[in-house]
Amino acid sequence: MNTIEKQCPITANHIKVALVGQPNVGKSMLINSVSNAHLHVGNFSGVTVDKTEVLFDYKKYHFTVVDLPGTYAFTDYTIEERVTHDYLCAEDYDIIINVVDSTNLEKNLQLTSELLTMSKKVIIALNMSDEAEKENIIIDAEYMSELIGVPCIKVSAATKMGIANLIDAVVMKHESSKNRPKLVFSEPVEEEIAQIVWYLDKHKFQSENSYRNIAINLLKNNKRTYEELHDEPIWTELQPILIEASKHIELHHDSDDVKEAFAEEYASFNRGVVAEVVKQESVKEKKTLTEKIDNILIHPIFGIPIFLFFMWALFQLTFEIGAIPMDYIDSFFIWLGDTIGATIANDDIRSMIVDGVIAGVGAVVLFVPNIIILFIGIALLESTGYMSRVAFLLDGFFHKFGLHGQSFIPLVTGFGCSIPAYMSARILKNDRDRLLTLFIIGFMSCGARLPVYVLFAGAFFSPDMAGNILFFIYVSGAMLGLIAAKVLKLTAFKGVDEPFVMEMPKYRLPSVKLIWHTVLTKTMMYLKKAGTFIAGAAMLVWFLSNYPHNLTLQQEYASKIEMAVSESEKMHLQNKLDEALLEQSYLGSIGKFSEPIFEPLGFDWKMSVALQTGLAAKEVVVSTLGVLYALGSDVDQESNSLVTAISENISFASAIAFIVVIMIYLPCLAASIVFTREAGHIKYFFYLFFFTSVTAYVMAFIAYHITLLIV
Amino acid sequence: MKTLKDCEKACRVKVLKLNTKGDLKQRLISFGIMKEAILEVLEHAPAKSTIEVKIGKMRIALRAQEAQLIEVEKI
Repeated sequence: MNTIEKQCPITANHIKVALVGQPNVGKSMLINSVSNAHLHVGNFSGVTVDKTEVLFDYKKYHFTVVDLPGTYAFTDYTIEERVTHDYLCAEDYDIIINVVDSTNLEKNLQLTSELLTMSKKVIIALNMSDEAEKENIIIDAEYMSELIGVPCIKVSAATKMGIANLIDAVVMKHESSKNRPKLVFSEPVEEEIAQIVWYLDKHKFQSENSYRNIAINLLKNNKRTYEELHDEPIWTELQPILIEASKHIELHHDSDDVKEAFAEEYASFNRGVVAEVVKQESVKEKKTLTEKIDNILIHPIFGIPIFLFFMWALFQLTFEIGAIPMDYIDSFFIWLGDTIGATIANDDIRSMIVDGVIAGVGAVVLFVPNIIILFIGIALLESTGYMSRVAFLLDGFFHKFGLHGQSFIPLVTGFGCSIPAYMSARILKNDRDRLLTLFIIGFMSCGARLPVYVLFAGAFFSPDMAGNILFFIYVSGAMLGLIAAKVLKLTAFKGVDEPFVMEMPKYRLPSVKLIWHTVLTKTMMYLKKAGTFIAGAAMLVWFLSNYPHNLTLQQEYASKIEMAVSESEKMHLQNKLDEALLEQSYLGSIGKFSEPIFEPLGFDWKMSVALQTGLAAKEVVVSTLGVLYALGSDVDQESNSLVTAISENISFASAIAFIVVIMIYLPCLAASIVFTREAGHIKYFFYLFFFTSVTAYVMAFIAYHITLLIV
Repeated sequence: MKTLKDCEKACRVKVLKLNTKGDLKQRLISFGIMKEAILEVLEHAPAKSTIEVKIGKMRIALRAQEAQLIEVEKI
C-alpha cells in the first residue's frame, strides 16, 4: 500500500474505522495486514479488555482503525461484548468494517444484521477467503453486496489478499452518501415496521437514523432507542402502537420474547442470503482436523491427564526458566543501587533512592521474565483454541465449588506468584466468575511465602518431618481456597448460577507476530502501571520503617559500638540499634498499636510487625523477624540462629497461628495492586482485605486454641 | 419431553423450544441455538457434566444444566 507524506492531522481528512466481528474471525490479524506500515499502535484499556488503535495514511486520508473485542451479538454478557457495544453506540466513528469468517457465513451474519440497524456506514470484509476456497465454498461477493445493500469485499488477512480493495471500498463508502441496507423481515414484522415508519413520518420526527431502523430498534426493545424517544411528545401516542405491534410479532413467532423473535427473523433472512450467494460443492462429510485432534484432547479418559501434563510443563517453564534471569536482574539492581548510592552524599536521599525507589522498582522488574513466559504460554493455549477445551474438561469439577472450568489456570499459577495469577484470570470472560477466582487466588500459597514456612517448619519440626509439613501447608491452603470459593458463592456471589455456554473454536496454528504483539503490550502495561504504583508504595514502606529518626538513640549506640571490644559484640550492638530504631519508627508504633488485636492469637508486637511488613512483600516477613529478634537483617530461612531464636521466643501454638495467617491473609502489595486493577474497582480491594483478614484471624484463632489444647 | 441433556453421542436433533429467559436465552440465541436449529452431539466431558454440540460449522460447549433447558426432538 502506498503511504504518502504525513499531513497536518487537523486539516487532513480523517476516517475513523471501527473493526467489528465475532470472536475468532481474524480481526487482529486483519488489522495487522491493513496497517502493514505499523506507524503507531496505541493501547487504551477498558476495565480489563483493551481496544487497539492503529493509525496509518492512505491516499489523502488519515486512517484510525479501532480493533474492538470480538462479540457474538449486541448483548452485554461478557466484558468484550460490553466494550464493543458501548463503543459502537456511544463513540464517534465514521464507518464500520464488519469482519466475517467466510467459512462460516450464516452464523457471522447474525451480528451483521444487528450492525445494519445502526445509522452507520457498514462494509463487510469476507475474511478467510483463501480458507473458504480450500473448503470449496464459493461466495458471490457482488451479488451479496446487492442483496444486503452494503459493499462486501473478499479478503484474506493471512495471505494479504484483497486488503487494498477493502481500503478503497472504505474510502469510496466514506465519500458516498449513506445508502440503506436491505434487511427484509417476514410479512407480519414488515407490516408493523411500516406502521411505525408511517407514524414517525406523519409527525416529521427528527433523527439521524432512518425511520425504518428506529422502528426496528423499537420493536426489538432496544434500550437506547427507547431512552431517546421517551422524552419526545410523540411517545404517548407511539407507546400503544408498539405494545400492539410486539404482541402481534410475539404471537406470530409463538414466543413471549421479542428479541428471540427478531433473532429468528435475522436467522431466516441470513439463511436466505447464504442460500443465494454461497455455492458449496458438495464434498463428502469427512472428519475435519479439528475433530480428529478433539478426539484425543477432549477424550473422556485421556483428556485430563494430557491437560495436566501441559499445565505442569507451563508451570515448570514459568518458574524454572523464569528464575534464571531473575538472579541477573536482582544483581543488576543491587549493582545499580550501589553505583547510584555512591554518587549521593546525603544519607537520607541515598537511602530513599537506593532502598526505596531502586529496590522497589527492582522487585517489580524481577517478575517480568515469569510474566513474559506465562503470557506466551497462555497466548499459545488461547490462540490455538485449546483453552476452551480445558474449560470443557474441568468445568464439572470446578463447578461443584462454584468456580468455572477456566479458573484452574489462574489458581495453579497462584502457587508460583499471585501477580501473573491475577493477570491470567482475564481468560475468564464472565465478571462474577472472574471476581470469585480473583478472591481465592491468594489461598494458593505463592513462592514468596515458602521462606516463612521453611523457617517455622525448621524451628518446630524435625528435619524429616518438615517436608511433609510444607506439603500439608500447601494442600490445606488449596483446600481452604476451594471451601472459601463455595462459601463466597453461597454468600457474596450468590445468585443464579452463571451459565456455561461457549464456543469451541477451530484449532489454529498461532501466529508468531500476534503472540509477540499480545505479550509485548501486556508486559509493557504491567511495567508501566504496576511499576509506577509499586515504586510509590515501596517508598512509603521505606519511609514508615525509617522515620522518625532518633538521633539520641543513634548516638548512644554509636558510642557503645565504638567502645565494644570484639567484632561480634559490635555486630550485636548494631542489631540492637536496628531493633530499637525499628521499634520507635512509625512502623514500630503501628506494631505496638496493633499488638492488642493480635494478642488473642498469641502474637507479640514483633510478630505483628512482621505480618504487617509482609503486606509489602512476603519475603520481608523473614527479614523483619531477623531484625526484630536482633540478629541482623541479612538472615534467610536457613539461618540457624534465627531458627533457634524463633523456637526459643515463640510458642508452638503461636507459630501455628502465625503460619495460618501467612497462608490466608492479603497477598503482597504488588499483588494487591494488580488484584485491584484486574477486579476493576478499589472497593474489591477492601472486600478482599476484609475477607482475607477475617478468615485469617478466625482460622488462626481456632488453630491457636486447638494447638493449646492438644500440646 | 426430551432435552439436549438426554442425547447420546453422535445424536442429531432439532431444537423445539428454549425453556429459559433473559441473558442465557440471549446467549444461546447469539450462538445460533434457537428454534428450528439442527444440533449434533459431539462429545461429553467426564461424568457428563458438560456437553459439546455442533451447530452449522460451530462447536459449542454447554453445561448439562443448560442443556436440560433446550427442548429437542430427534431427527
